[in-house]
Amino acid sequence: MKITVSGTVKEVADGLTVSQLIEQENVETPQYVTVSVNEEFIESGTFDTHILKEGDEVEFLYFMGGGTIMQSIIQDGSDE
Amino acid sequence: MPFTNEQLERYSRHIILKEIGAKGQKKLLNAKVLIIGAGGLGAPAALYLAAAGVGTIGIADADVVDLSNLQRQVIHSTNDIGKKKVDSAAETMRAINPDVTVNTYYQFVNSENISDLIKDYDFILDGTDNFPAKFLINDACVMAKKPLSHAGIIRFKGQLTTIIPGEGPCYRCIFKNPPPKDAVPTCKQAGVIGAMGGVIGSLQAMEAVKYITGVGELLSGYLLTYDALKMEFHKIKLPPRGKGCAVCSDHPTITTLIDYEQAVCDLH
Repeated sequence: MKITVSGTVKEVADGLTVSQLIEQENVETPQYVTVSVNEEFIESGTFDTHILKEGDEVEFLYFMGGGTIMQSIIQDGSDE
Repeated sequence: MPFTNEQLERYSRHIILKEIGAKGQKKLLNAKVLIIGAGGLGAPAALYLAAAGVGTIGIADADVVDLSNLQRQVIHSTNDIGKKKVDSAAETMRAINPDVTVNTYYQFVNSENISDLIKDYDFILDGTDNFPAKFLINDACVMAKKPLSHAGIIRFKGQLTTIIPGEGPCYRCIFKNPPPKDAVPTCKQAGVIGAMGGVIGSLQAMEAVKYITGVGELLSGYLLTYDALKMEFHKIKLPPRGKGCAVCSDHPTITTLIDYEQAVCDLH
Protein backbone atom coordinates (compact mmCIF):
# COMPACT_ATOMS: atom_id res chain seq x y z
CA MET A 1 0.00 0.00 0.00
CA LYS A 2 1.00 3.61 -0.41
CA ILE A 3 1.35 6.00 2.50
CA THR A 4 2.91 9.45 2.78
CA VAL A 5 5.79 9.77 5.22
CA SER A 6 7.06 13.28 5.97
CA GLY A 7 5.59 14.49 2.70
CA THR A 8 6.99 11.68 0.53
CA VAL A 9 4.79 8.91 -0.90
CA LYS A 10 6.17 5.47 -0.06
CA GLU A 11 5.19 1.88 -0.80
CA VAL A 12 5.01 -0.11 2.43
CA ALA A 13 3.77 -3.53 3.50
CA ASP A 14 0.07 -3.94 4.24
CA GLY A 15 -0.68 -4.05 7.96
CA LEU A 16 2.41 -2.05 8.91
CA THR A 17 2.25 -0.64 12.43
CA VAL A 18 3.54 2.76 13.52
CA SER A 19 6.31 0.99 15.48
CA GLN A 20 7.39 -0.94 12.39
CA LEU A 21 7.41 2.23 10.32
CA ILE A 22 9.53 3.97 12.97
CA GLU A 23 12.05 1.14 12.70
CA GLN A 24 11.91 1.03 8.90
CA GLU A 25 12.47 4.79 8.64
CA ASN A 26 15.37 4.71 11.12
CA VAL A 27 13.65 7.39 13.16
CA GLU A 28 16.06 9.14 15.51
CA THR A 29 15.35 8.71 19.23
CA PRO A 30 12.16 6.67 18.70
CA GLN A 31 11.40 6.81 22.43
CA TYR A 32 10.95 10.59 22.23
CA VAL A 33 9.40 11.07 18.81
CA THR A 34 5.87 12.39 18.39
CA VAL A 35 3.94 10.80 15.55
CA SER A 36 0.94 12.21 13.76
CA VAL A 37 -1.24 10.24 11.34
CA ASN A 38 -3.67 12.24 9.23
CA GLU A 39 -3.09 15.30 11.39
CA GLU A 40 -3.81 13.54 14.65
CA PHE A 41 -1.25 12.67 17.28
CA ILE A 42 -0.92 8.99 18.08
CA GLU A 43 -0.49 8.03 21.75
CA SER A 44 3.02 6.64 22.11
CA GLY A 45 1.63 3.66 24.01
CA THR A 46 -0.26 2.55 20.89
CA PHE A 47 2.60 2.64 18.35
CA ASP A 48 2.76 -1.18 18.46
CA THR A 49 -0.93 -1.68 17.80
CA HIS A 50 -1.73 1.23 15.48
CA ILE A 51 -1.99 -0.27 12.00
CA LEU A 52 -1.48 2.09 9.10
CA LYS A 53 -3.90 2.23 6.19
CA GLU A 54 -3.57 3.02 2.49
CA GLY A 55 -3.29 6.78 1.98
CA ASP A 56 -2.29 7.59 5.58
CA GLU A 57 -0.17 10.70 6.04
CA VAL A 58 2.47 10.17 8.70
CA GLU A 59 4.68 12.84 10.25
CA PHE A 60 7.48 12.49 12.78
CA LEU A 61 8.03 15.44 15.12
CA TYR A 62 11.32 15.67 16.98
CA PHE A 63 12.58 17.42 20.05
CA MET A 64 15.00 20.12 19.01
CA GLY A 65 16.85 22.27 21.50
CA GLY A 66 19.60 24.57 20.43
CA GLY A 67 22.87 22.78 20.65
CA THR A 68 21.99 19.46 22.20
CA ILE A 69 19.66 16.84 20.87
CA MET A 70 18.47 13.65 22.44
CA GLN A 71 19.92 11.57 19.67
CA SER A 72 23.45 12.77 20.09
CA ILE A 73 23.14 12.51 23.83
CA ILE A 74 22.22 8.89 23.58
CA GLN A 75 24.46 7.88 20.69
CA ASP A 76 27.49 9.68 22.01
CA GLY A 77 26.91 8.47 25.52
CA SER A 78 29.21 5.51 25.08
CA ASP A 79 32.20 7.25 23.56
CA GLU A 80 32.95 9.85 26.21
CA MET B 1 3.13 61.26 16.58
CA PRO B 2 4.08 61.84 12.94
CA PHE B 3 7.21 60.27 11.49
CA THR B 4 10.36 62.34 11.45
CA ASN B 5 12.06 62.79 8.09
CA GLU B 6 14.75 60.42 9.26
CA GLN B 7 12.20 57.77 10.13
CA LEU B 8 10.47 58.17 6.76
CA GLU B 9 13.77 57.46 5.11
CA ARG B 10 14.88 54.71 7.50
CA TYR B 11 11.64 52.77 7.11
CA SER B 12 10.89 53.72 3.50
CA ARG B 13 11.22 50.13 2.24
CA HIS B 14 8.62 49.06 4.77
CA ILE B 15 6.33 52.02 4.22
CA ILE B 16 6.14 51.48 0.46
CA LEU B 17 4.97 47.89 1.01
CA LYS B 18 1.22 48.14 0.68
CA GLU B 19 0.75 45.48 3.39
CA ILE B 20 2.83 47.46 5.90
CA GLY B 21 2.56 51.14 4.98
CA ALA B 22 2.83 53.99 7.45
CA LYS B 23 0.20 52.35 9.60
CA GLY B 24 2.13 49.08 9.91
CA GLN B 25 5.34 50.92 10.64
CA LYS B 26 3.58 52.82 13.43
CA LYS B 27 2.44 49.50 14.87
CA LEU B 28 6.03 48.26 14.83
CA LEU B 29 7.27 51.40 16.56
CA ASN B 30 4.62 50.95 19.24
CA ALA B 31 5.21 47.22 19.68
CA LYS B 32 7.05 45.41 22.47
CA VAL B 33 8.82 42.13 21.77
CA LEU B 34 10.68 40.02 24.33
CA ILE B 35 13.51 37.81 23.12
CA ILE B 36 14.50 35.07 25.56
CA GLY B 37 18.05 33.93 24.81
CA ALA B 38 20.64 36.11 23.08
CA GLY B 39 22.24 33.20 21.25
CA GLY B 40 22.03 31.55 17.85
CA LEU B 41 18.32 32.26 17.37
CA GLY B 42 17.96 35.42 19.42
CA ALA B 43 20.89 37.19 17.76
CA PRO B 44 19.54 37.39 14.19
CA ALA B 45 15.98 37.92 15.44
CA ALA B 46 17.14 40.86 17.58
CA LEU B 47 19.06 42.40 14.69
CA TYR B 48 16.09 42.28 12.32
CA LEU B 49 13.56 43.45 14.89
CA ALA B 50 15.77 46.38 15.87
CA ALA B 51 16.34 47.29 12.24
CA ALA B 52 12.59 47.01 11.60
CA GLY B 53 11.93 49.62 14.26
CA VAL B 54 10.17 47.49 16.86
CA GLY B 55 9.91 50.21 19.48
CA THR B 56 10.68 48.19 22.59
CA ILE B 57 12.79 45.05 22.58
CA GLY B 58 13.46 43.11 25.76
CA ILE B 59 16.31 40.65 25.82
CA ALA B 60 16.87 38.07 28.56
CA ASP B 61 19.98 35.95 29.04
CA ALA B 62 22.33 35.17 31.92
CA ASP B 63 25.36 34.18 29.88
CA VAL B 64 28.45 36.09 28.89
CA VAL B 65 29.85 36.13 25.37
CA ASP B 66 32.26 33.25 24.75
CA LEU B 67 34.60 32.83 21.79
CA SER B 68 32.71 29.68 20.76
CA ASN B 69 29.50 31.73 20.41
CA LEU B 70 30.79 33.94 17.62
CA GLN B 71 30.49 31.30 14.88
CA ARG B 72 26.71 31.89 14.91
CA GLN B 73 25.64 34.57 17.40
CA VAL B 74 26.10 37.42 14.97
CA ILE B 75 24.96 40.20 17.30
CA HIS B 76 28.19 39.82 19.33
CA SER B 77 31.71 40.67 18.17
CA THR B 78 35.19 39.53 19.13
CA ASN B 79 35.55 42.63 21.30
CA ASP B 80 32.49 41.55 23.30
CA ILE B 81 34.02 38.35 24.68
CA GLY B 82 33.45 38.28 28.43
CA LYS B 83 30.64 40.85 28.29
CA LYS B 84 27.10 40.02 29.36
CA LYS B 85 25.29 38.87 26.24
CA VAL B 86 22.35 41.14 26.99
CA ASP B 87 24.66 44.19 27.14
CA SER B 88 26.49 43.23 23.97
CA ALA B 89 23.20 42.61 22.17
CA ALA B 90 21.71 45.88 23.44
CA GLU B 91 24.72 47.88 22.24
CA THR B 92 24.44 46.39 18.76
CA MET B 93 20.69 46.99 18.56
CA ARG B 94 21.03 50.61 19.71
CA ALA B 95 23.80 51.17 17.18
CA ILE B 96 21.60 49.82 14.39
CA ASN B 97 18.58 51.86 15.36
CA PRO B 98 18.37 54.59 18.01
CA ASP B 99 14.56 54.49 17.75
CA VAL B 100 14.56 51.23 19.71
CA THR B 101 14.31 51.10 23.50
CA VAL B 102 16.16 48.00 24.65
CA ASN B 103 15.42 46.45 28.04
CA THR B 104 17.99 43.97 29.28
CA TYR B 105 17.35 41.17 31.74
CA TYR B 106 20.53 39.51 32.94
CA GLN B 107 18.81 36.38 34.17
CA PHE B 108 17.77 32.90 33.13
CA VAL B 109 14.02 32.45 33.11
CA ASN B 110 12.45 30.37 35.85
CA SER B 111 9.00 29.80 37.31
CA GLU B 112 9.52 32.72 39.71
CA ASN B 113 10.47 35.44 37.23
CA ILE B 114 8.92 34.55 33.87
CA SER B 115 5.38 35.80 34.40
CA ASP B 116 6.65 39.20 35.42
CA LEU B 117 9.09 39.23 32.53
CA ILE B 118 6.55 38.55 29.78
CA LYS B 119 3.62 40.55 31.12
CA ASP B 120 4.46 43.87 29.45
CA TYR B 121 5.29 42.42 26.04
CA ASP B 122 3.08 41.86 22.99
CA PHE B 123 5.01 38.96 21.50
CA ILE B 124 7.55 36.53 22.95
CA LEU B 125 10.35 34.92 20.99
CA ASP B 126 11.91 31.75 22.41
CA GLY B 127 15.56 31.59 21.46
CA THR B 128 16.61 29.28 24.30
CA ASP B 129 18.63 26.12 23.90
CA ASN B 130 17.20 23.77 26.49
CA PHE B 131 13.98 21.88 27.11
CA PRO B 132 13.20 23.06 30.66
CA ALA B 133 13.22 26.67 29.39
CA LYS B 134 11.17 25.81 26.31
CA PHE B 135 8.45 24.11 28.35
CA LEU B 136 8.48 26.90 30.93
CA ILE B 137 8.17 29.61 28.26
CA ASN B 138 5.38 27.73 26.52
CA ASP B 139 3.39 27.21 29.70
CA ALA B 140 3.87 30.78 30.89
CA CYS B 141 2.80 32.18 27.52
CA VAL B 142 -0.26 29.93 27.38
CA MET B 143 -1.29 30.92 30.91
CA ALA B 144 -0.75 34.64 30.23
CA LYS B 145 -2.21 34.35 26.70
CA LYS B 146 0.93 35.76 25.10
CA PRO B 147 1.72 34.89 21.48
CA LEU B 148 4.99 33.01 21.16
CA SER B 149 7.42 31.99 18.46
CA HIS B 150 9.01 28.68 19.41
CA ALA B 151 12.07 27.36 17.60
CA GLY B 152 14.85 24.81 17.87
CA ILE B 153 18.00 24.19 15.87
CA ILE B 154 20.54 21.41 15.72
CA ARG B 155 23.31 20.46 13.30
CA PHE B 156 21.84 21.10 9.85
CA LYS B 157 18.21 21.17 10.95
CA GLY B 158 15.83 23.68 12.41
CA GLN B 159 12.14 24.03 13.17
CA LEU B 160 9.66 26.59 14.41
CA THR B 161 6.02 27.15 15.18
CA THR B 162 3.95 30.10 16.29
CA ILE B 163 1.73 29.61 19.30
CA ILE B 164 -1.38 31.75 19.70
CA PRO B 165 -2.87 30.72 23.05
CA GLY B 166 -6.58 30.01 22.88
CA GLU B 167 -6.41 29.61 19.10
CA GLY B 168 -3.75 27.18 17.91
CA PRO B 169 -1.88 24.27 19.47
CA CYS B 170 0.99 24.85 21.88
CA TYR B 171 4.39 23.21 22.34
CA ARG B 172 2.97 20.85 24.94
CA CYS B 173 0.30 19.67 22.48
CA ILE B 174 3.21 18.28 20.44
CA PHE B 175 5.52 17.19 23.24
CA LYS B 176 3.86 16.32 26.52
CA ASN B 177 6.94 16.54 28.73
CA PRO B 178 10.64 17.27 28.44
CA PRO B 179 12.77 14.22 27.79
CA PRO B 180 13.40 12.65 31.21
CA LYS B 181 16.61 13.69 32.84
CA ASP B 182 17.27 10.16 34.12
CA ALA B 183 17.09 8.80 30.57
CA VAL B 184 20.10 10.85 29.62
CA PRO B 185 23.29 8.98 30.35
CA THR B 186 25.55 11.81 29.35
CA CYS B 187 25.42 14.94 27.33
CA LYS B 188 27.58 16.47 24.68
CA GLN B 189 27.39 19.49 22.45
CA ALA B 190 26.02 18.33 19.12
CA GLY B 191 27.02 21.30 17.02
CA VAL B 192 25.01 23.51 14.73
CA ILE B 193 25.82 25.15 11.43
CA GLY B 194 26.08 28.89 12.06
CA ALA B 195 23.69 30.04 9.36
CA MET B 196 20.94 27.81 10.79
CA GLY B 197 20.35 30.35 13.55
CA GLY B 198 20.17 32.99 10.83
CA VAL B 199 17.53 31.07 8.87
CA ILE B 200 15.31 30.08 11.78
CA GLY B 201 15.87 33.18 13.96
CA SER B 202 15.00 35.39 10.97
CA LEU B 203 11.82 33.39 10.42
CA GLN B 204 10.94 34.01 14.08
CA ALA B 205 11.49 37.74 13.54
CA MET B 206 9.28 37.49 10.46
CA GLU B 207 6.48 35.96 12.52
CA ALA B 208 6.82 38.72 15.13
CA VAL B 209 6.57 41.40 12.43
CA LYS B 210 3.55 39.65 10.86
CA TYR B 211 1.83 39.34 14.22
CA ILE B 212 2.41 43.00 15.07
CA THR B 213 1.30 44.33 11.70
CA GLY B 214 -1.47 41.77 11.19
CA VAL B 215 -0.14 40.88 7.75
CA GLY B 216 -0.51 37.43 6.21
CA GLU B 217 -0.99 34.08 7.90
CA LEU B 218 0.96 33.09 10.98
CA LEU B 219 2.65 29.74 11.43
CA SER B 220 0.02 28.81 14.00
CA GLY B 221 -1.16 25.22 13.76
CA TYR B 222 1.93 24.20 11.80
CA LEU B 223 5.47 23.11 12.55
CA LEU B 224 7.84 24.25 9.82
CA THR B 225 10.97 22.13 9.56
CA TYR B 226 14.10 22.94 7.58
CA ASP B 227 16.76 20.47 6.50
CA ALA B 228 19.74 22.36 5.13
CA LEU B 229 21.50 19.29 3.73
CA LYS B 230 18.50 18.32 1.65
CA MET B 231 17.60 22.00 1.22
CA GLU B 232 14.02 21.16 2.11
CA PHE B 233 11.37 23.03 4.02
CA HIS B 234 8.43 20.92 5.23
CA LYS B 235 5.28 22.31 6.81
CA ILE B 236 3.61 19.83 9.16
CA LYS B 237 -0.05 20.52 9.93
CA LEU B 238 -0.72 20.06 13.63
CA PRO B 239 -3.95 18.85 15.21
CA PRO B 240 -6.20 21.55 16.65
CA ARG B 241 -5.49 23.08 20.02
CA GLY B 242 -5.98 21.55 23.35
CA LYS B 243 -7.18 18.01 22.71
CA GLY B 244 -5.95 16.44 25.92
CA CYS B 245 -3.20 19.03 26.31
CA ALA B 246 -2.15 19.40 29.93
CA VAL B 247 -1.73 23.16 29.67
CA CYS B 248 -3.79 24.62 26.80
CA SER B 249 -6.94 22.49 26.85
CA ASP B 250 -10.09 23.99 28.31
CA HIS B 251 -9.55 21.87 31.42
CA PRO B 252 -5.80 22.01 32.00
CA THR B 253 -4.11 19.73 34.53
CA ILE B 254 -1.00 21.93 34.67
CA THR B 255 -1.94 25.28 36.17
CA THR B 256 1.30 26.31 37.85
CA LEU B 257 4.71 26.80 36.28
CA ILE B 258 7.27 24.01 36.55
CA ASP B 259 11.04 24.26 36.81
CA TYR B 260 12.20 21.06 35.15
CA GLU B 261 15.70 19.92 35.89
CA GLN B 262 18.15 20.33 33.08
CA ALA B 263 20.29 17.31 32.41
CA VAL B 264 23.75 18.02 33.68
CA CYS B 265 25.86 18.52 30.62
CA ASP B 266 29.58 18.40 30.45
CA LEU B 267 30.14 20.24 27.22
CA HIS B 268 33.91 20.02 27.18
